[in-house]
Amino acid sequence: MLHGYLPAILEGLVLTLKVSALSLAIACVFGLIGASAKLSESRAARWSAEVYTTLIRGLPELVLMLLIFYGGQIGINRLADAQGWGYIDIPPFLAGVLTIGFIFGAYLTETFRGAILAVPRGQAEAGLAFALSRTQVLWRIVLPQMVRHAIPGFANNWLIMIKASALVSIIGLDDMVHRAGLAAATTRAPFTFYMAVALIYLTLTSVSIFVLSRVEARYSLGVKKVQF
Amino acid sequence: MDWKIVIDSLPLYVGGIRTTLVLLAISLASSFLLSVPLAVARVSPRLWLSRPVWFFTYVLRGTPLLVQLFIIYHGLAQFEAVRESMAWVLLKNAWFCAWLAFTMNSTAYTTEIFAGALKATANGEIEAARAYGLSGLKLYSRVLLPSALRRALPQYSNEVVGLMHATAIASTVTLVDITRVARDVNANHLLVTESFGVAAVIYFVLTFSLVGIFKLLERRFLRHLRTQSVGAAVARA
Repeated sequence: MLHGYLPAILEGLVLTLKVSALSLAIACVFGLIGASAKLSESRAARWSAEVYTTLIRGLPELVLMLLIFYGGQIGINRLADAQGWGYIDIPPFLAGVLTIGFIFGAYLTETFRGAILAVPRGQAEAGLAFALSRTQVLWRIVLPQMVRHAIPGFANNWLIMIKASALVSIIGLDDMVHRAGLAAATTRAPFTFYMAVALIYLTLTSVSIFVLSRVEARYSLGVKKVQF
Repeated sequence: MDWKIVIDSLPLYVGGIRTTLVLLAISLASSFLLSVPLAVARVSPRLWLSRPVWFFTYVLRGTPLLVQLFIIYHGLAQFEAVRESMAWVLLKNAWFCAWLAFTMNSTAYTTEIFAGALKATANGEIEAARAYGLSGLKLYSRVLLPSALRRALPQYSNEVVGLMHATAIASTVTLVDITRVARDVNANHLLVTESFGVAAVIYFVLTFSLVGIFKLLERRFLRHLRTQSVGAAVARA
């Protein structure tokens, strides 16, 4: 099947999935830090989170990726030079994952901020009244309840992120799109290979939509659905 | 920062900005024209109308734009029938392929935005319109679309900014847009700030110009939804 290139494409799929999953984890970390900074009482924290989300959302993903990929490499080596560490090579995989995670962290910041605000204040106040610490209130009371409100935005960002992972082929990562390009060049059948890749992406997004709707249903147990 | 390189490459960036904006304008115009009728079909109770539109938007929103562009630009050349056909004059042109890919992709998202706004129409509005004897085309052109398209403005502005950012992908099929210029400058001088940094500033300015334009449009078209400040209401009373 696919002129014998199916295993090669599937290896690329593994890389695509690795990039997407790791970026998602990094994006969640950035998103949570960003959301707590935006809701913090410190003006400096609010201000830097605002700069972060505005800058990232004002630029194309591809340009940010190229900027961080090439710029980060030079920046780190300047630092390494000054410290006398010698040349440091950032692998494209790390650069890609960090970049996508950093970009979608900005989008998740907004999602998480909205979700945290959607949890009634009384919940956190009650926790504090029961002498829980601020960290305990965050982890045991606010976060579990904000998940339900965060899922729709989270699902949206995950879908965009899977598709954005195709861009890592441009900075030289050996993902599905890159593999398809190589196979297309040798077999002269670009339509076949890009179509196959498109189908795999469509499967990934369809499965994600299904799973996330189940997760949302799970977290919405006990919440009455609006009846029209 | 080497300003000489920035100044020397400025004419290239101006050309890049033109390419980006022209690509954005033609793709937006065609996707808007396609989306309005498709959104009407999408919300139709007739399944043979709404199902195909649903399928179209589902497939285009479920696959990366980069892959869609590659299928059109690189992929279609695989078939001899295509290469021998009249359409080949267009399909071997990178501009045409980019326009086609961006139009189809943006149409899918815009159709869903407009359809969502149509679905959110208050039932009373439709009942009132029917009571006045409006139906079919008149109902849509006089009542449903004017209010739905207004309501869709905030989300539509996101789609427009998103499409502007997506045009950066055209740099992968030989079009010399802002991103391509930056990649060339970087390749020639190996200086990131002078290449991608400049491109980032340009995209940033473009993004906020678009956001500003849509703010003005919203002020104009969503005036009836603006909440009056308490102070102004008291002063008037």
